Amino acid sequence: MALLEVTNLSITFGGLRAVDNFNLTMEKGELYGLIGPNGAGKTTVFNLLTGVYKADEGLIKLDGLDITGHRTAEIDRDGIARTFQNIRLFKDLPVIDNVKVGLHNQFNYSTAESMLHCGRYHKVEKEMDEEAMKLLGVFDLDKERDYLSANLPYGKQRKLEIARAMATKPKLLLLDEPAAGMNPNETAELMETIQLIRDKFDMTILLIEHDMKLVSGICEKLTVLNFGRILAHGDTKDVLANPEVIKAYIGE
Amino acid sequence: MRKTQKKTLITYAIVIIAYIILEIFMKAGLMSSHLKGLLVPMVYYAIAAVALNLCVGILGELSLGHAGFMCVGAFSSAIVSQLLSGAIPDALRFILALIIGVVISALFGMLIGIPVLRLNGDYLAIVTLAFGEIIKNILNSIYLGVDSAGVHLSLKSQMALGLADDGKVLINGAMGITGTPQDSNFTIAIVVLLISLFIVQNMIDSRDGRAIMSIRDNRIASESVGINITKYKMTGFVVSAAIAGAAGVLFSHNIATMQATSQYFGYNVSIMILVYVVLGGIGNIRGSVIAACILYLLPELLRGLNKYRMLIYSIVLIVMMIINWSPALRDKRDKLRKKLMKGAGHGAA
Repeated sequence: MALLEVTNLSITFGGLRAVDNFNLTMEKGELYGLIGPNGAGKTTVFNLLTGVYKADEGLIKLDGLDITGHRTAEIDRDGIARTFQNIRLFKDLPVIDNVKVGLHNQFNYSTAESMLHCGRYHKVEKEMDEEAMKLLGVFDLDKERDYLSANLPYGKQRKLEIARAMATKPKLLLLDEPAAGMNPNETAELMETIQLIRDKFDMTILLIEHDMKLVSGICEKLTVLNFGRILAHGDTKDVLANPEVIKAYIGE
Repeated sequence: MRKTQKKTLITYAIVIIAYIILEIFMKAGLMSSHLKGLLVPMVYYAIAAVALNLCVGILGELSLGHAGFMCVGAFSSAIVSQLLSGAIPDALRFILALIIGVVISALFGMLIGIPVLRLNGDYLAIVTLAFGEIIKNILNSIYLGVDSAGVHLSLKSQMALGLADDGKVLINGAMGITGTPQDSNFTIAIVVLLISLFIVQNMIDSRDGRAIMSIRDNRIASESVGINITKYKMTGFVVSAAIAGAAGVLFSHNIATMQATSQYFGYNVSIMILVYVVLGGIGNIRGSVIAACILYLLPELLRGLNKYRMLIYSIVLIVMMIINWSPALRDKRDKLRKKLMKGAGHGAA
């Protein structure tokens, strides 16, 4: 059974059909790329998948469960985590607390225990610290645990955002232009990180990207969007050789 | 983790040391009765500032009606104290009044929060502003009495209550509540302040607190990691309202005749508390306490200077703002602090 099944997803803003009849099937463990020119509707697809927008039509199934119409917070609990095109960290919180917010729903103690620091507080906090440090270690951020996240260099902020998303234990990870604004070195490092997540957590990843080197380097399959419609989809090599795709990207 | 724990411990230490010093001054008779009378108000404004900082600095929602929550706490606890006065031991009665004042303020916080905290934007500021004024005006026009037949309520006059001979007027309209037992003293106020600090600082360093601060920093991201936005906004706001209510309880048990006037519970008071919070540093709980104490005492202590009083007060406001918010000065302050810490470390070694 496919991990993610999206059928006939559509949304209209005013008179503009931003996403039209979008279909996508992803198997567990796949690394899938979503590409397309600016304004093609890629981020809108992400926002539909994560419940930021409500689809006018269509069905989203995750692991066999219908999650269409769920709210954003619910969808994260269902198992889809994401990062953002313009980094959205909790900038006044330390690095470790960013990850601990991600761990929020896997650990539990009551509000009274929060206020009084009694009961399960100390034990659970310790477990959360350990879990968060483990994740930070994977992303090579453990030395910066007490930095304010706003003070991290750009590349590390991206990594922290991915770490925070991973902390929610998702089944599917959505990365929205992870390489945006990165220099070639940082991009190369990012590619390693993405590979690492796949190997280490056996993660299924859907990513939006403009950096063709990254896309052709790591994505196994691609879907190309243009004006809200699917232009082509299939194996990366075939899609990138498709004359329609080249036309949409580079012009004739 | 260790760093935040150290920070909170320092806050408690500062409060306790300041308390001991002031107590010694009082016992030694070095304090004028005027100054003595200022100590309890100073502490309950500090508590209100802690409460408002939880709302503004930690939750990131502007409230302009915290004097309204103080008002609710003050009146509800005063009524409880009046009803039970003489019936049960004083200490027990005050604790009961405190709990009821806090709970009712929290309820009002919840009532306001349910519709408003679902929205994003500055709606809370407007609604709380209105709430503060409405509650003040309602309490100004209510006549409430109790006798053997039960509770009597009127909006007209004291006579309209039609109380029996054994009756007792609780709220006398614009004349307010008279004769609430004077239970508040400096020690009790400091204990309530320490409890408020304990709750707020603990909360900041916990699962709930992190969720609340994540909403402040980035609501969309917070939602995307599965945080229930409405629930945690509500938690923060209700706790903030409850603590403001506790400040109100201290207020009502410190004043012989309490009226719901602008002087005590008006818009100006809410803004004054906000000034304490902003100048003490938004999100800086310890700063709120210090700023509230300095800024409350200053105009009172400067009374002797008469003409120049407000001038000096405003200069202090400006200087505090610059010290707390200018990046260059903040850097210098942090460096100085590090140096001092290092120096102390060497000294110890």
